[in-house]
This record gives sequence, structure tokens and C-alpha cells, in this order.
Amino acid sequence: MVFFLLIISLLLLNSCTPQSPKTANPQSKSSSAYIQNKGSDTLVNLALAWAEQYQTLFPEIEISVTGGGSGTGFTALINGTVDIANASRQIKAEEVQQAKANGFEPVEFTVANDAIAVIVNPGNPVSQLTLDQVSKIYQGKINNWQEVGGQDRPIVRLSRETNSGTHVYFLETVIRLGDLKNKSFFSADTLLLPSSEGIFAEVRDNPNAIGYDGLGYVTPEVKMIALAKKVTDPYVLPSATTVTDSTYPISRSLYMYTHGQPSGAIKDYIDWILSPKAQQYTIQLGFVPLAATK
Amino acid sequence: MKNKSEAIITRGIKIAGFSSIIFLLLIFAFLMKEGTPALAEVPVGELFNPRWYPIEKYFGILPLIGGSLMVTFFSILIALPFGVGTAVYIAEIAPQGIKQLLKPVIEILAGIPSVVLGFIGIQVLVPFTRRFLDLPTGLTAFSGSILLALISIPTIVSIAEDALYAVPRSYREAAIALGASKWETILGVTLPAARTGVLTAVMLGIGRSLGETMAVMMVTGNAPVIPNQWMSFFLPIRTMTATIASEMGEVASGSTHYHVLFFIGIILFVLSLIINVTASWVSFRKRTREQLVS
Repeated sequence: MVFFLLIISLLLLNSCTPQSPKTANPQSKSSSAYIQNKGSDTLVNLALAWAEQYQTLFPEIEISVTGGGSGTGFTALINGTVDIANASRQIKAEEVQQAKANGFEPVEFTVANDAIAVIVNPGNPVSQLTLDQVSKIYQGKINNWQEVGGQDRPIVRLSRETNSGTHVYFLETVIRLGDLKNKSFFSADTLLLPSSEGIFAEVRDNPNAIGYDGLGYVTPEVKMIALAKKVTDPYVLPSATTVTDSTYPISRSLYMYTHGQPSGAIKDYIDWILSPKAQQYTIQLGFVPLAATK
Repeated sequence: MKNKSEAIITRGIKIAGFSSIIFLLLIFAFLMKEGTPALAEVPVGELFNPRWYPIEKYFGILPLIGGSLMVTFFSILIALPFGVGTAVYIAEIAPQGIKQLLKPVIEILAGIPSVVLGFIGIQVLVPFTRRFLDLPTGLTAFSGSILLALISIPTIVSIAEDALYAVPRSYREAAIALGASKWETILGVTLPAARTGVLTAVMLGIGRSLGETMAVMMVTGNAPVIPNQWMSFFLPIRTMTATIASEMGEVASGSTHYHVLFFIGIILFVLSLIINVTASWVSFRKRTREQLVS
């Protein structure tokens, strides 16, 4: 009987208490330090690359990087379980409120830029679209490639799942064209694929498909679409240059957030990430470095 | 001393036996606790909205229920003839050598992780489906049904084969003595005698199909569209299991979306309960009738 009670209480405990690892001390100034870094899945590969490189440069510093999504990272930062939160979106007002209630002000650092590439099968003759056309395609108002100058084929819309920050960004910036009052959204028959690989496998194989993903994930086996804000504007392909000079219409910044102004090891780490040397890694992983933005 | 240790062991085994009931009750209680608030938070009419788009508070679960039922139904339609046919072949027709080869092969098929089948599905089955049937995309309910059939066939084969094996030898001998051919014996005597066991096999196969997540999520396209026409079988759909799996990861604990996902869990739980109860009811009837005969 005691055994039963034990099991039950264990289960209840598990379901009630949020998992909170020991709070790392963000003010640690000692030479050896442990930095916890969590959040955006878009940023996770880049954050890992930085962490690995930084640890080989400074072996006394230990950095752990985990994904889970931008929201997860902010929650962890607010609860004090991580030192740095990674995010592919800016912090929301209510998240700032929660942080203030916990006695600190989150400080934002823009650490890299990222473009969203719209991709099609290499066999698709369409190579340029306006944002409005992409929006109409994803809303289900354009259903045949013929309507945008392609072959007589049905359009198969591919998207990441709704929990992806990229999905939300695409919804707000492309489908709603940045208009906050616009309440239109993805056509119900949009295929929601659980992974980037799922999107690329289908676009590679299927001449009907259209998809989107971060520039860092694009492989040469798919074709990127040149985009224009308006019909009269030039059509631009995504690349480090076009993101930097803001001619490519759908690019965003990636962020890191800290507990108040960072100090000690965390400040050193952020400073290093913003240095031109660390920014080189963004190019290797398909992101766009900051330094060039200025 | 010996008596004491024996008592402890007996007690231990008893606890192990009852633990599954305890776990079932705990799981059910947890599901109810987390799922029922959905009914208070979302108007019931809203749950029957044809649209599922949780990040904009559209919680229509009909497309998900429809998607699950459609792939399950068609997977069993495919798996039934293959599964029962294989069982009949192994139990009645195959010579000893082939029987000893086939049984372990079926068991290996049962042991293939569904994510591996899903991956093969994406790389091979999906492109093939699109080309062969000339569909807009191969990520369809049809592809999902085929994969699910592959997954449920081993379950059906092993249970149906056991049932055929349990038919007394004297039945077959009597049929052959009356001049029936081998085929007539199988169709007229052995299969009807094992009917309830075969039905149980099919029921468990249905349960297997309904609960399968990973393979379905990878090949059905996950578009939440209500399958309301025959053509829907060749279009993308979204199942309940895939929805829970892909959205539970990032949902805020305690939110409406979280509760609705658990509510979907309750629906799945109840459906599989109905299937299992039907299966055991069928085999229970068999036993009572056999007792009457003997």
C-alpha cells in the first residue's frame, strides 16, 4: 500500500512542479563560469557553434545550449533558470511585465539576421513572385501555377507547424503583409510539416509544391524565388548582401536576451558574439552577419 | 523463513498485477483533469467549427477526428485481406520450412520502428503515390493508410494465426473426410471456427492504426481538412495523434490550447477503449459458447 502511495505521489509531484534546474548565478565574476543558454530552434545551431568555439578559446567557461522555441526561452529567462534566452522574435510586452515582476529588466541583443526563403521545385518555371502573390497563394486565393505565369498545375502549399516561430513570422509578414488588422490566414489545405526536412523532401520531388524556410536551411536541390514588395519593385533573391541592404523583403533579426545589463562572463560572451570574428560563423550556417548591416 | 519470503514474493507479484489497473486509472484521471476544462473554455459549438488553427483560437476538432477515422478505416480495409490471408497461409497451407521462415519475418516487420517506416514513406511511397496516381501531392490519407496497414498487419497476422491454430485438428479431419477440398475446409470450417479470434485480431489492428503517430505525421501532410468526399482519401488530412504530437511540445501549460489537446487525448482514449472492449467482448462470447459445446 505504501508502494502505491509512493507511485501516486511521485506522479502527482511530476505533474505539478515545473522542472526547474538550479539557477545559474548570472552575476558570477569568477574566472570559471557556467552559462545556460536556451530558446529559439532557428537559432540553436548557430548558438551551439558559438558556444563550442568560445569554449575552445576559453576552456574555463562552460556553456550549455538547448532549443525548445523562443517562448520556452523567455519563460526560462523569466523563471531565472537560464542566463541567456535565444529568440527569433522580440520579447512581448507581457513577458517584459513578468520579468519586471521577478525583479529584472530583460536586455535585448541583436545577434544575427536571417532571411526567409520561398522555395519551389527546380522544374518549376516560375522564378519570381510579389509578396501579394505569395500571400494569395497561401490564403488559397491562387490555386494554379498558371495564374502566376507557370504551368497548368495545382499549387501544393507547404508550411512549418504552427508552433514554429518561422510559421508565425511568415503569417504576420507575408500572408498578412505586415498589417496587424488583417485577420486572414493559411488556407486550410496547407500542409503543415513537422520538420524542415519534410518540406525540402517534398519540394525537391514535387513540381506542384511551394514552401518556405530559413535561408540557413536551403539546399541547392530546391529553387529560391525572387521576391518583390510591389509589382513595380525589382525582384530580389535572398542572400547575405540583399538582407544587409534591406532589398530582400522578408528578413528578420535574431536575438539574445539577458537578465538586466550583463556582467562578468556573460558580458564577455555576448561581446565576443558581436565581434566580427564570431559573426563569421553566421555565414557558415547560412545566416547573415550583423557587422555588415551597419 | 521460507513461508515468509514466499509471502513477500506473492505480494509483490500481486502488486505488479494490479499496478496496470492503477496506472490506467491514474492516466484516465489525469486526462480528465487536464482535458475537461476545454469544455468550459471553448464553447461546444466552437469545437465543431470546421477550422483547426489553434494559434488564432480556432479549435474545430472535426477535421482531426475525420482524418483519424479515415486513415484507420482504409488501413484496415487494406490490412484485413493481407493479414488474414497471411495468417491462413502460415497456419493452414505453408509447408513447415516456409512457416518457420515467415513467422520470424512477420515478427521483424512488427519490430520496425514506425519512424523508420515513415522515413521510407517520405522518400519512396510519397513520390510514387504522386506519380502513379497523378495527384497534386503524395502526402495523402492514402499514403498514411498504406503505412498504417503495414504497421497493423503483423498484429493481425500473429493473433489471427493463433486463433486458427487453436481450431481442433478434428474439425479439419472431419471436413476432409466429408470430401471437402483444402480450400473448402479453410473457407467453410477453419475460418468460421476461428471467426471470433480473427475478429479480435482485426479489432486490435484497428487500435494499433488509430493510435499510431509518427509514421502518420510524416506522410499524411497534416492539413486539417474535413474529409467529406471520396476524393479526400487522395488529399492531405490531419489525424488526432499527429496534432497532439506536433503541438504539445510548445503549448503553454494550462492554456486553452493545452486543454483542448488533452480533450483530443480523451477522445482517442475513449475510442480505443471502445475498440478494446469490443475485442474482449467478442472473445468472451467465444469462450462461453465453447463451454456450452463441451
